Amino acid sequence: MSIIVISVLALVALAILFGAILGFAAVRFKVEGNPIVDQLDALLPQTQCGQCSYPGCRPYAQAISEGNEKINKCPPGGESTIAAIADLLGVEPEPLDAEHGEEKDVTLVAVIREDECIGCTKCIQACPVDAILGAAKQMHTVIAQECTGCDLCVEPCPVDCIDMVPTERTLQSWHWPKPSALPLIATDA
Amino acid sequence: MNMHHFKLHDFAGGIHPPQHKSQSTQAPISQAEIPARLILAIAQHIGAPAKPVVKPGDKVLKGQIIAEGDDFISCNLHAPTSGTVASIETREVPHQSGMDDTCIEIISDGQERWVDHQGLDDYLQADAQTLIARITQAGIAGMGGAGFPTHVKASIPASKIDTLIVNAAECEPYISSDDMLMRECATEIIKGIEILQRILRPQQCYIGIEDNKPQAAAALQQALKENRDDTHNIHLVVIPTKYPSGGEKQLIQILTGKEVPVAGIPADIGMVCQNVASVHAIYEAVALGIPLIQRITTVTGDAVGRPQNYRVLLGTPVSELLRQAQAQTDKIKRLIMGGPMMGFTLASPHIAITKTSNCIIAASAQTLPDPAMEQACIRCGMCSEACPAQLLPQQLYWFAKSSNLEQAQAHNIADCIECGACSYVCPSNIPLVQYYRFAKGEIKQAQRDKQGSEQAKLRFDTRNARLAREVAEKDAKRKARAAAAAKKQAAKKAAPAPATNLSKGEPAPVAAKAEPAPLKKEALKQKVLAAQTRVDKARERLAMAQQQQLETAGALELGLNKQIDKLTLAQKNLEEANR
Amino acid sequence: MKLPNISSPHATRPGNTGTVMLTVLLALVPGIITLSYFFGPGHLIQICLASATAVGCEALILHLRKKPLGFYLKDYSALLTAVLLAISLPPYAPYWVTMVATLFAIIVAKHLYGGLGQNPFNPAMVGFALVLVSFPVEMTTSWSAPSALLENGIGFSQAVTLIFSSRETLDAVTMATPLDLYKHQVAIATAHEIYQDPIFHGPHHEASIALGWQWVNLAFLLGGVFLWWKKIFTWHVPVSLLLALSLLSIFIGWDSDSYVPISLHLFAGATMLGAFFIATDPVTAATTPLGKLIYGAGIGVLIYLIRTWGSYPDAVAFAVLLMNFCAPLIDQYSQPRTYGHQKAVRGLAKKD
Repeated sequence: MSIIVISVLALVALAILFGAILGFAAVRFKVEGNPIVDQLDALLPQTQCGQCSYPGCRPYAQAISEGNEKINKCPPGGESTIAAIADLLGVEPEPLDAEHGEEKDVTLVAVIREDECIGCTKCIQACPVDAILGAAKQMHTVIAQECTGCDLCVEPCPVDCIDMVPTERTLQSWHWPKPSALPLIATDA
Repeated sequence: MNMHHFKLHDFAGGIHPPQHKSQSTQAPISQAEIPARLILAIAQHIGAPAKPVVKPGDKVLKGQIIAEGDDFISCNLHAPTSGTVASIETREVPHQSGMDDTCIEIISDGQERWVDHQGLDDYLQADAQTLIARITQAGIAGMGGAGFPTHVKASIPASKIDTLIVNAAECEPYISSDDMLMRECATEIIKGIEILQRILRPQQCYIGIEDNKPQAAAALQQALKENRDDTHNIHLVVIPTKYPSGGEKQLIQILTGKEVPVAGIPADIGMVCQNVASVHAIYEAVALGIPLIQRITTVTGDAVGRPQNYRVLLGTPVSELLRQAQAQTDKIKRLIMGGPMMGFTLASPHIAITKTSNCIIAASAQTLPDPAMEQACIRCGMCSEACPAQLLPQQLYWFAKSSNLEQAQAHNIADCIECGACSYVCPSNIPLVQYYRFAKGEIKQAQRDKQGSEQAKLRFDTRNARLAREVAEKDAKRKARAAAAAKKQAAKKAAPAPATNLSKGEPAPVAAKAEPAPLKKEALKQKVLAAQTRVDKARERLAMAQQQQLETAGALELGLNKQIDKLTLAQKNLEEANR
Repeated sequence: MKLPNISSPHATRPGNTGTVMLTVLLALVPGIITLSYFFGPGHLIQICLASATAVGCEALILHLRKKPLGFYLKDYSALLTAVLLAISLPPYAPYWVTMVATLFAIIVAKHLYGGLGQNPFNPAMVGFALVLVSFPVEMTTSWSAPSALLENGIGFSQAVTLIFSSRETLDAVTMATPLDLYKHQVAIATAHEIYQDPIFHGPHHEASIALGWQWVNLAFLLGGVFLWWKKIFTWHVPVSLLLALSLLSIFIGWDSDSYVPISLHLFAGATMLGAFFIATDPVTAATTPLGKLIYGAGIGVLIYLIRTWGSYPDAVAFAVLLMNFCAPLIDQYSQPRTYGHQKAVRGLAKKD
């Protein structure tokens, strides 16, 4: 009988001890991380394109963090962004939801065919990053460096004078591609 | 004499590939013919491309500036011979990408008419500024292959420099241009060093030369002896032949035992390194006033009939050189500019010589066959044994292959100097360097993307703030207008004078808007109460319907939602009015 | 004319993976000859059997994985695994033991993990360990007695019969290994008494450590030095392994009346084969210089511990496999200091 009592007491004592240690550690070593929304927002490409059906990257990050949105609705970020978010949240990555658009291989930039522009300012209002310069009845132009390629300006243009063109590769931005995986070892992943 | 007591250090790794240098050192340097057309890329150096200052149709003289350095880290470009500017357009340039870039094309008139130029006779008495200005003017870029503007290195404050290192190692196989230059122009090189000493005032100066160039070393030794006075402190140091001893970081390590700190430059440890050909160009620029318009280039490889070194004008197409060296064009299967370890392939022989083109290798399929098929990595570790940067090449390979950029960075991929020693020894024929270049490029791209997205986010936030401010301002204006109107109305009521005329002119909506605030609030309150009652009633009805399981429950629920919406709206309006 | 765009370096050293494997096979030849000279033709038969099985399995799996046979078979890695396995097994182990071990080594230990270069455990040792724990009787009773102790030696046909069909004459030609014998005798006898057994000094009591075994070990040592000279591997693993084993034998086992003496540790078992040919298998070993030292020393310590206090007379296979587990971790924490850095990076990158 006494053995049982002693063992129960010992276990209780141990439980209290370790519980105290755990509790202390939880308080003492608490990690003050960025709020999850900030971390998610940092992973999104900030094109503010709205293809996810949210008005910008931050609202989408907010929706994901609240747990009521899927993580595969960002075509500009593509597979790599989905993987990064999945990694952050500890969930399985999903394939990109084609409903919201497809991932593009090349980065695009908007270019206004300036002689066709009628100066309606509609594209200026649509641009989420203020990358279009111009005034009413004046020709508009895109600051290529600031353009995120979201193509939100294409649709509102009444005369269809905005093209999305791939950004040019320069000697500076070029780099060697990954050595081509030969077909016979392609399965060796 | 100094070389006997010198303590040499060693660098990690390294390899001993077959030399293949003797083929091109049998004949002296010969003057290459002036080509009919010269093609000069405006980016022949590291840094901002030069900006053309001539236009098609312009007549140019030999040595005349045709493109100006566009920045501090940039270089002037001069006409290598007299003639006419034919075009300024994009063409194939010598670059790993095989892409096109802007080039200035000159049709030579064959007369070699010089622009006015003058050397500096008493250059050893001149001050540093004058000398640096001459080097800048001459457009000299590191001629060992890297192409870093020489005047930038010469402009490092003298107080920071205690050691000047002249890189005469020329460690890559096949290349012998520096070797032949030292054999034939040793005196000029020593004078060039004196100019650099005058500028940088180092305590000591080392010339590092591999022991596979005894004739060049002897020539330099002789020149040192002839030129010797006590102010000199130039040590000729013969180092063992081992690739890549000519790498800047490795040569510094061999000669001084010190390491250039990570992400730093040699000046951080008081050193500056100059290639021996650049030193020669400095002498010509300062003492003779000749800008960098020609260089020594080795033309070699087993497809070349008479391999040798040429003194060649910048802009000379490689095909011209190959013709003069009697190359069998149909035998060429790989055309390399630079050495076999770090050089890059040329897609066509019409690409022209630049300031950094120290060697042209025209190789048949026998000497440089197509790369063998990549086998599985067996982790043999021969690559780590060969790596002069003491990296773990195979770990980097696994990370690069799986695009795991984070780990590649953590394993210091940025410290890879791309010397190719790892690929050279790899028994599985893995193109390791290309994997690293890919990973480095991706890392850079990711950094650019990150910067871009941060910028976009900033602009987006700024824009939203601006829009919010605009809305707020509009709102404030509207309210101010309403307040003003209300005042007027109150004033009107207070004065019961003939108001009919006035009120006639007032448009109705404005009057509605201008309803006195307390009254409006009261009305809104009523509305909210009414809505509340309706909601309560709808709730009761729904609860009853649900209890009796009536079919109308669905419709009632919708109705309730509508009522709730109305209530929320009314509450909002009231709140706004309260503010 | 459009010439190809190829990344530097353009020059490469001749040779490929197959060359490396063939060099290792070549270095094994002196050991194999010595083995056959002192212990009869059993190992030669096992080598043929294991090689045929291994190449067959490799071809089958490559076929199933839809890979070109010629390209992959020419790396000779399956052949090397087979030969290493065959010379580790007792020479008169029945044919099915050899085949099971080889099959398991090639199919499970190598290809199920992704093939050459991907396997975390040394395939030959996995195969060996499998049959050692599964068929203990066959694995302990099939060691050949040194031919010098047999009246007529063992003929080729007798060896074939022993391996493939009847095992009736087995007892006549087999014997415990010297390590096994010493380990079991030392509890009840002094060193002097144990050394009376002819297995140590032959029928005529020559001056030797362990009849035959010493020469086999020396031959493997020779082959190992050849490989080191050919720069197939660096000195780190064998040296640290042998050093660790020797130090423990000296400091713990100095009393040969209670423990197996250092001479037998080094020259009576599979020590040299293990140190130069098994532990140096680059795929499964640690790869950094410091890591290799730790890895080799770990194997040396484990060999000593298992041989002395474990239930197996020899321990190379288990020691190597146990250290295979540790190799990736050792690598992460033994990275060299990169040029220009103050200190080495240790461990994997942290996530922020």
